[in-house]
Amino acid sequence: MSGRELQRIDRRSFLKGGSLGATGLLIGFYLPALQQAHAADSVTPNSAAPGGRVTLNAWIHVSPDDTVTIFIDKSEMGQSILTGLAMIAADELECDWQKVRTEFAPADKVYFNPQFGAQGTGASTATRTSWEPLRKAGAAARLMLVQAAAQKWGAEVSECRTEKGTILHAKTGRRSTYGSVAEAAGKLPVPQEIPLKDPRDFRIIGKPTRRLDTPDKVSGRTQFGIDVRRENMLYAVVARCPVFGGKVASFDAGRAKAIPGVRHVLQISSGVAVVADDTWTAMEARRALDVKWDEGPNAGATSETIRKLFAERASHPGHVARKDGDPETQIERAARKIEAVYEVPFLAHATMEPQNCTADVTAARCDVWAPTQNQTNAQKTAADITGLDLSKVFVHTTFLGGGFGRRFESDYVSDAVEVSKAVGKPVKVTWSREDDIQHDFYRTASYARFTAGLDAEGWPTVWMNRIACPSIMARFGPLKDNFDSRSVEICDAVPYAVPNILVDYQLADAGIPIGFWRSVGASQNGFFLESFIDEIAAEGNKDPYELRRRLLRNSPRHLRVLETAAEKAGWGVPAPGRFRGIAVVSSYFGYVAQVVEISVDRSKRSLIVHRVVCALDCGRAVNPSSIDAQVKSSVVYALTAALHGEITIDHGRVQQSNFHDYQMLRIADMPVVDVHIIPSELAPTGTGEFAVPPVAPALCNAIFAATGRRIRRLPIRPEDLA
Amino acid sequence: MPIEFTLNAKPQRLNVAPNMPLLWVLRDILGMTGTKFGCGMALCGACTVHINGEAARSCVTPVSSVAGKQVVTIEGLSEDRSHPVQQAWIELDVPQCGYCQSGQIMSAAALLVKNPQPSDAEIDDAMRGNICRCGTYHRIRLAIHRAARLKEPRAESAKAGLGGGELLPTAEFAAQGGGK
Ligand code: FES
Ligand code: FES
Repeated sequence: MSGRELQRIDRRSFLKGGSLGATGLLIGFYLPALQQAHAADSVTPNSAAPGGRVTLNAWIHVSPDDTVTIFIDKSEMGQSILTGLAMIAADELECDWQKVRTEFAPADKVYFNPQFGAQGTGASTATRTSWEPLRKAGAAARLMLVQAAAQKWGAEVSECRTEKGTILHAKTGRRSTYGSVAEAAGKLPVPQEIPLKDPRDFRIIGKPTRRLDTPDKVSGRTQFGIDVRRENMLYAVVARCPVFGGKVASFDAGRAKAIPGVRHVLQISSGVAVVADDTWTAMEARRALDVKWDEGPNAGATSETIRKLFAERASHPGHVARKDGDPETQIERAARKIEAVYEVPFLAHATMEPQNCTADVTAARCDVWAPTQNQTNAQKTAADITGLDLSKVFVHTTFLGGGFGRRFESDYVSDAVEVSKAVGKPVKVTWSREDDIQHDFYRTASYARFTAGLDAEGWPTVWMNRIACPSIMARFGPLKDNFDSRSVEICDAVPYAVPNILVDYQLADAGIPIGFWRSVGASQNGFFLESFIDEIAAEGNKDPYELRRRLLRNSPRHLRVLETAAEKAGWGVPAPGRFRGIAVVSSYFGYVAQVVEISVDRSKRSLIVHRVVCALDCGRAVNPSSIDAQVKSSVVYALTAALHGEITIDHGRVQQSNFHDYQMLRIADMPVVDVHIIPSELAPTGTGEFAVPPVAPALCNAIFAATGRRIRRLPIRPEDLA
Repeated sequence: MPIEFTLNAKPQRLNVAPNMPLLWVLRDILGMTGTKFGCGMALCGACTVHINGEAARSCVTPVSSVAGKQVVTIEGLSEDRSHPVQQAWIELDVPQCGYCQSGQIMSAAALLVKNPQPSDAEIDDAMRGNICRCGTYHRIRLAIHRAARLKEPRAESAKAGLGGGELLPTAEFAAQGGGK
């Protein structure tokens, strides 16, 4: 067990207040924080956790009644992580899947995600980082149960086998359920040699499996953050300055306070909070507030000023993210040269469940119920506001009505904790949809310049790409050389065999809050890169699929998904009235190629997306049913952005406010999505994000095939289809 | 004046502001949180309930307007997930985050009362007002067709989801459109 150890946990502290009985087998598994397993990892802040810190990835409890409880230290936001992680542990444990329960783990540093140095869920890390520790935890628990049974029978461990939660001793025909030896197993030393299953023996992993959380979700019983209710709880909403960075200058609460049911009106750091007996009264009273805002330095910002800033920055060389060969010299020798500028707007996350949080602050402790992707930050935020020690702050993670990166933030946590602290009662803060759309940490707008040189046969010899946009990482600390690798991810990893490559970055701060949005930098950079390679194909008079194939000949995983998608989509086989576009992007350690098939009505300036064929390589597929759902989900998320998504700024404020002007794809617009998973023996990657980036470029490449117009600015506008 | 109506087959008599939307009466006053808030403007369908059998957006329905009417919420659709729509949703494992699903299910149930065998186009039309940010639309369509075939409420087929989710046989998964 080189450097890894299983630990018996201090059960008193863990079980305190928990729902489990005090008996049975409970084990947790520590994995010393790893150096990042892959150098090119694309992750969040401060990802290098200090060496030596232990990371607890799993808890398994086997109770005397045979129930197996698996503690999930990740947030369930729709991606089916709760079921996926349980499947991994249960398979090695060889328990009865029908007896598996799950619980969300508390915020505790033992759950630090090795990649974040914090407990959190994002960047498609959960399955990847939990795979090995969860298997080991399940296998260790199984071994201890077998040892306990063998001891009881006076038999050898090697003579026993397990099946569906039962230990069997073939020689004597004896059998024992896990539950009946759980207590004894709990007293055994934790084994240090833990054999893992041969993957050929997996019974659960790899099978399409129904989610454990579905029954409650079809009966309205699932508790999302917004559903939390505490005794004597009050309901609050917050009026925020419409301009980013603005503050309260003064406010008159008279009219608001006169409304029956309004209890308090108070200033907090995010604005003016109205506290009432119910949410609606709080919302009505907020309308009656009279707040004077000090709008601050961003009051003049518009989408156009931001765009000009990006363009200006992009006219100067930036920090070099990648350089191969001698692009500056070779570009002058190219037979042909093409240039293009691509732009994308800010985007809101629009999780279906608006932001919210419930807090109960007393002198002795602080409880926070939050739909959070970032338990560590939620806990720290509450500790900072209350002045309580971290050990007195209890974060209860609820189900999340969507995350997409929005819930990596803790702004809604500070709202609730500040208000509860001030009024001395449990308080739920609910954001309206307008609050949510207008006070997000947006997917950044970005600006990309490209120059390519082609040889006489039309093959690219030079690839130059400059990106100008704000930096997410700049929020967490000063950047070195004004460089943020997240801003250029995907673009700096051009997979195509082009001998001369230059990718550089210009930091351009727009004064708009930005954050992590499903697939982060890949969401826009995949569009840039995969559109421009298509332009090169068109300029060189080559089929865009064949050009990619040839230039990816040394990238077998790219090539495999590309060829699979093309074959399944019937690339090259004419389909009257239909047009196809293709794209391939590797992100989050996975590979996805997509072929989008559309028809365009140029007279009506409208299009129909008929089919999206996806081929993916995500390592071993843990739950094909969830992967299928995540890929379809990603296609919808990305199509929504490509067809509708645009947050615009005027007078420093967001102009969109709700689903009438920030539109979502509806059921009638849902294309057929074919999902082809490439079989793989490699360790699994996450699948919640990697199918987002190829959608927009494949779609725009299809529009180019249909109309001859190259779309270089999202979202797609009716005039683009003329 | 108290407002009286029937909620999930039980009489209700409430002293609340008459213009408070039914959504907030359900969620905050009655503590029935299965009905969700998504937009407050009849744009997303998360708050869908049945009023006298018709799908309605409770976020824009003043509670006074349901006086004397029958209101059914997700909690009242069935006690044991035995409604054909819930069964079909479990069989096809429709929800992702689940937040929109109460509204989707209520819209689908109302559709099937009016139109027991809807076509894809009729489904799209009836479900247009329900946003799913997670993009479960494909499985929603399949599940509505499936529910249309499950005539009677059959509690036993909901068992699949009562404890652990059963494995979906790979062939069945493919047949119901998994992967497609
Ligand atoms: S909350 Fe009622 S339609 Fe959105
Ligand atoms: S399942 Fe998440 S919004 Fe529909």
